[in-house]
Amino acid sequence: MAVLHSAPRFTQIDGLKATLTQALGDHLVEADEEHGELLFTVKRDSIGDALRILRDDHDYQQLMEIAGVDYPSRAERFEVVYMLLSLTSNSRIMVKCSASEDTPVPTVTTLWPNAGWLEREVFDLYGVLFAGNTDLRRILTDYGFEGHPFRKDFPLTGYHELRYSEDEKRVVYEPVELAQDLRQFDFMSPWEGADYVLPGDEKADTPPVDDPKTTESPKQTGAGAKADAKAAEKVSADAPAEKDGGKSPPAPEPTEDEPARSERKGKTTDTAEATEPKTKDGK
Amino acid sequence: MSHAMHLEESPTTGDEVITNYTINFGPQHPAAHGVLRMVMELDGEIIERIDPHVGLLHRGTEKLIEHKTYLQALPYFDRLDYCSPLAQEYSYVLAIEKLLNVEVPERGQYLRVLFAELTRICNHMLNIGAHVMDVGAMTPNLWVFELREDCMNFFERASGARMHSAWFRPGGVHQDVPEKLLVDIGNWIDNRLPELFGDAMSLVLDNRIFKQRNVDIAVVSKDDAVAWGFSGPMIRAAGIPWDLRKSQPYDVYDRMEFDIPVGTNSDCYDRFVVRVKEVYESAKIIKQCLAQMPSGPICSDDRKVSPPKRAEMKQSMEALIHHFKLYTEGFHVPAGEVYVATESPKGEFGVYLVSDGSNKPYRCKIRPTAFSHLQAMDFMSKGHMLPDATAILGAIDVVFGECDR
Repeated sequence: MAVLHSAPRFTQIDGLKATLTQALGDHLVEADEEHGELLFTVKRDSIGDALRILRDDHDYQQLMEIAGVDYPSRAERFEVVYMLLSLTSNSRIMVKCSASEDTPVPTVTTLWPNAGWLEREVFDLYGVLFAGNTDLRRILTDYGFEGHPFRKDFPLTGYHELRYSEDEKRVVYEPVELAQDLRQFDFMSPWEGADYVLPGDEKADTPPVDDPKTTESPKQTGAGAKADAKAAEKVSADAPAEKDGGKSPPAPEPTEDEPARSERKGKTTDTAEATEPKTKDGK
Repeated sequence: MSHAMHLEESPTTGDEVITNYTINFGPQHPAAHGVLRMVMELDGEIIERIDPHVGLLHRGTEKLIEHKTYLQALPYFDRLDYCSPLAQEYSYVLAIEKLLNVEVPERGQYLRVLFAELTRICNHMLNIGAHVMDVGAMTPNLWVFELREDCMNFFERASGARMHSAWFRPGGVHQDVPEKLLVDIGNWIDNRLPELFGDAMSLVLDNRIFKQRNVDIAVVSKDDAVAWGFSGPMIRAAGIPWDLRKSQPYDVYDRMEFDIPVGTNSDCYDRFVVRVKEVYESAKIIKQCLAQMPSGPICSDDRKVSPPKRAEMKQSMEALIHHFKLYTEGFHVPAGEVYVATESPKGEFGVYLVSDGSNKPYRCKIRPTAFSHLQAMDFMSKGHMLPDATAILGAIDVVFGECDR
């Protein structure tokens, strides 16, 4: 396919895929090339060795990014993707491995010092564990946050919201309460793979009947003099003549008051502790 | 700030020995450039250890993007690094274009390069001004903010919005610019920018106090800069001439002639001067864009990606349908994954886009420039004085909208 786009053009090295495939050897599961980008899937346990080979023998000096991706339908639902950059050969590659909630990925903080925060972020947002990372704290979410918000099964609205309480003179945490339901608009065309049920869809599964209904004689249609007479009958009386010059009746009174919003329920969490600095001896 | 101090009797001399103590720098501190909380361990006034706590501005942008169509997700990028909005839209639209393999007309490419460079000037005006103010000078900041305001006015005339432009679109830009705007930008680059910026920098660059505060502060070796994943002015100040606009050109950057300023000493002063020089290089690029820009369409004519003109919609049923489909369902992007990084004013700003073939991104990981730099804050500040932390932070050029996402 001819390249029409004008995205960054880094050096395309001939035979790079074959070279790196050979270099990675047994560590490699799959090598892919799409959109001019090389993508190597390696075994989880040898991610450290694979990246060390790429860094030391193939000049991928910089680790620019570690991204987590969640595919809930897979047996090992997470993918951890490492973006490598070579300053000397002006080339980029992606290396990835898969992981589940309880299979830790070996850390690469031993190779690049900046992997520390990048791994912390993947841990925080996806819950992927990194074996050997000595400082695997949460990084982006709130102090005391529970759960891993970027997982596909974590709701967009989250579970807790916080606000400043004038009564308690501090920030309080409460369960999320939305004045209006979160709306998800699905604009996918019904004939292009939308997965919601349309009215009438249930008929598509009805099996064919053995004895199809036919109308071979007029009798079967129900037509005739009897039906004609029935149709000519008046169903309702004539509409009354307009007496008051055709004024329309006033709008009906509202039948009930606007229901008041219920008061907030649920417990609040004390966050005073989180903002206190901790000294070495714990005071 | 709060602190805990312990005074002990020294067993031999009877002098008072001060043990290390910990202070909170931020999260509400004017020199923290936003909501950064740094837990600092100090030995007297010497910094022993810094533990930056980020994430106080975390809004879950990446998750929100997964729930929007490709076009609806675009304005989120303006709101990441709110000092250089267009530079971030750039990475995102290029990533989409790479997946779609869409061709952008020449004028669209020139306009994007022009406004990306204008954004760079705009960003550097903020950072240069803030950095000088962090180390004690007031006047230059007021002057360069005048220039920043001029940039904002240009953005407004192009897109209608001063900051959150949402002007770059997959396939080109949203609207063409008026001819008068290009003339005005040309005049501004020729006259006002060099005059006012030159004046402001003449106050700073050779200033004794400014040099005392910045020279030899936070020296980072070349090896460290590479290992810590530095990019942008941070890696250039370390003496490595690495600029994605040169090495991995996108749009029409390969037709531009400009130099890459590099530092020699890799300290805060070098980082500052690299940014000052970059402003002049950006001005050069803008001039070339203005001289070379052809007339013609500004956005792709692929109607499955970019919407038709309104006038066309009045005449053509097909155009009306395309418009409706693009603004409700949006366009579908072929399945695949790409990592696209551009040279934002702060460094390498990358977008890792995973598409499952639907009209919404399956995953959109944003690579902020600040993560690598701020992480190095600990080793850069070690052994320096507490007031140096503000100079180091100012020279990193960190914005928390982007760091925390």
